[in-house]
Amino acid sequence: MSFDAIFAPLSEPMVFGTFIGIVVASLAVVIGLTYFKKWGWLYSEWLTTVDHKRIGVMYIFVAIIMLFRGGVDALLMRAQTAIPENGLLNSAHYNEIFTTHGLLMILFVAMPFVIGLMNVAVPLQIGARDVAFPRLNLLSFWLTVAGAILINVSFIFGGSPNAGWTGYFPLSGPEYNPGVGNNYYAWSIQISGFGTLMTGINFITTIMKMRAPGMTLMKMPMFTWSILITSLIITCAFPVITVTMAMMTLDRQFGTKFFAMSDGGMDMLYANLFWVWGHPEVYIVILPAFGIFSEVIATFSRKNLFGYGSMVAAMVVISTLAFLVWAHHFYTMGHGVLTNGVFSITTMLIAVPTGVKIFNWLLTMRHGKISFTTPMLYALGFIPIFTIGGVTGVMLAMASADYQYHNTLFLVAHFHYVLIPGTVFALFAGYHYWWPLIWGFRLNEKLGKAAFWVMAISFNVAFFPMFILGLDGYARRMYTYSAATGYGPLSMVSFIGALGLAVSFILVAYNIYYSFRYAKREGSDPWDARSLEWCVHTPAPNYNFAVIPTVTRLDEFWFAKKEGRDLQAGKIEDIHMPNNSQSAFWQGIAMTAWGFFFVWAEWIPAAIFLVITLAFMLYRSFQKDDGYHIHVAEIEETERRYDENGGLRGAK
Amino acid sequence: MAHHVDHSQPLEYSTTQNRLNIYGFWIFLGAEIVLFATLFTVYFTLSDRTGTGPTGEEIFELGPVLIETFLLLTSSFLIGLGVHAMRLGRKTPMVVFYILTLILGLGFLIVEIDEFFTYVHEGATITTSAFVSSLMTTIGTHGAHVTFGLFWGTAIIIQVIRNGINARTANKAFIFSLYWHFLDVVWIFIFSFIYLRGLM
Repeated sequence: MSFDAIFAPLSEPMVFGTFIGIVVASLAVVIGLTYFKKWGWLYSEWLTTVDHKRIGVMYIFVAIIMLFRGGVDALLMRAQTAIPENGLLNSAHYNEIFTTHGLLMILFVAMPFVIGLMNVAVPLQIGARDVAFPRLNLLSFWLTVAGAILINVSFIFGGSPNAGWTGYFPLSGPEYNPGVGNNYYAWSIQISGFGTLMTGINFITTIMKMRAPGMTLMKMPMFTWSILITSLIITCAFPVITVTMAMMTLDRQFGTKFFAMSDGGMDMLYANLFWVWGHPEVYIVILPAFGIFSEVIATFSRKNLFGYGSMVAAMVVISTLAFLVWAHHFYTMGHGVLTNGVFSITTMLIAVPTGVKIFNWLLTMRHGKISFTTPMLYALGFIPIFTIGGVTGVMLAMASADYQYHNTLFLVAHFHYVLIPGTVFALFAGYHYWWPLIWGFRLNEKLGKAAFWVMAISFNVAFFPMFILGLDGYARRMYTYSAATGYGPLSMVSFIGALGLAVSFILVAYNIYYSFRYAKREGSDPWDARSLEWCVHTPAPNYNFAVIPTVTRLDEFWFAKKEGRDLQAGKIEDIHMPNNSQSAFWQGIAMTAWGFFFVWAEWIPAAIFLVITLAFMLYRSFQKDDGYHIHVAEIEETERRYDENGGLRGAK
Repeated sequence: MAHHVDHSQPLEYSTTQNRLNIYGFWIFLGAEIVLFATLFTVYFTLSDRTGTGPTGEEIFELGPVLIETFLLLTSSFLIGLGVHAMRLGRKTPMVVFYILTLILGLGFLIVEIDEFFTYVHEGATITTSAFVSSLMTTIGTHGAHVTFGLFWGTAIIIQVIRNGINARTANKAFIFSLYWHFLDVVWIFIFSFIYLRGLM
């Protein structure tokens, strides 16, 4: 590992500028924390916390930071292709940017945002005080951060991966891609993947074993259902990517021949394995979105969710089909007619349960008293835009027609039409919806709605032209084109839309600052909602429920409100709480370092950090930590303060 | 919660957290099944793609593999006896059975490593062909699990010796036994579908 190789990317002015920017910003954070003496607070209240709500907040924080990083990648791509023969980026740089854009948006924006929201909401929705394994939950978070750090330092230290977010062989193999870029790719996915798998196991156990008394499976809120199914998909799908990334690492760094072009290797095996994980991964980020929309639409229509049972059945069917469609990602890569036919049919079948869900949401709104809040706007915007994504998906599902569309901007437009209204709108809906649960006030509605409208309009401006460009034959991942192709005008329109999207995300971020500054503190249940999470005081106390409620039906909280019952009535008892975990934080740091040295094939430091990681596990094994108890007097005092102050924590 | 002990249940199930730990570990084993299933799929896809290297029939030897099978299956039986002793509250036999389990596990590992060296001497290194790459990765992943188990088991034995059999150590020892039995099951698949299939 020579310093020249590590810092080679810095010879490019744009990378150097970004590097300086990062250094300055980091220094500002360090100086700020030191000046305000906030290091101890940050470490003990946040970085080492095992409180599921705070872990959720940290996940969402990471997701938003990564959204800006991934968003800058997107802007650069649209800027580069806005006019023909543009010279903003060279082809090599463009390759790196579209690769990291995809990787970041899926694995370090959508995933942590989903996991953040499920951390915030699921234990509260089922009447639990925490997840089943709180310390493992924190470790999962730090492993996600470790993966995010690895992929984000790559563009400064040695170069980013550049073989697309799918990393197909042989392009990403050692012959065609000798640098460290794709080593980062493998280790970033590998380490964050461990974290995600542990999250999946944690939430299956939590949801199956820790529900409030009386809450049978069919009385769970729909978001909790979606997370249960998502967690099952995670547990079944992530081991596949673990094996695949291990094989990629072995091929690239140890000369094995899994995906090689010689000695019996099979490059198509990689494509198959990747999508056996990759397609379920799409549902891992879309099913929680469906859960969020179900909550939001029912709440703001003032009605119970239409077709609860069919909603659950639809998700179960989707989760099964998710594992049976992977080959539709490469119809054109040489399978036979029968294979393409089978995968065409399974793919089109997915439209059926999805259609059921769409109709259920529409029927939930029918005769409802709809209030147009920010979360509801995202849900309402989602339905028509997502349907365009779904319909173009069925077009792409037809294998014979796909020969025309594949690898063009038509495909790019399609999956953005699914992922942005599906996942991104849902994440923002959930984020606005559950915000008061954590902070005790709502985000500003005017700014929130303005951001929605800018986002929804700009999104269509940015991506609709791509359908047309794609049908005209514009291949994806092309870093430039000639004026004679006629792609120029619509590409410029698309760039303008991308700028609008950037404005909307800035508005969302500004709303955080604005609302912290000006929003009025409110009592609990500001939305007049239906499910159990809203029966706690807001901001939710660290023990969540003073008394665990008993549930007799779906939307228990809604009926309790109507009947004037207090769900938390009953005798308060001592509450057992887990202690903070320092080892999870340091283990995350050690695994970041381990990954970094492994990427550079520096075996001695890599081995040292591996040993450190294992030492932390051994330390945990021998640690006797039974947590602590919050005593009745303290709980009563906290509850009394909430009641006096209309549900506010620490308000004077 | 965690401090409340339910005496109607075996010690390893006696607290809420203990029950959650066991349940969560079963889910984890489910993920491990997917992991090994993926490795087997890769192996079956690549097992005839030997390039210029040797085939399975040329390098597999039944002798060492039978020894490995015998060692691992016996160790799985012994850890069962260990859990039985734990349920009876008898610390010394439990520790002895667990130590014997790990010794046989170590024996398994030594024979396996020797077998890998033999392959390499016969010209089948991990870089030789896709077949050998997938063979060594599949068996190696199992071996890595056994290795990890040796360290994990040792840590648990030390805790049982130090602290006796209580809700905490019983829970850990029981979960470790699940892990060990699981590795045995995986080995049976390796033995049947890699070695025997290769020799036929």
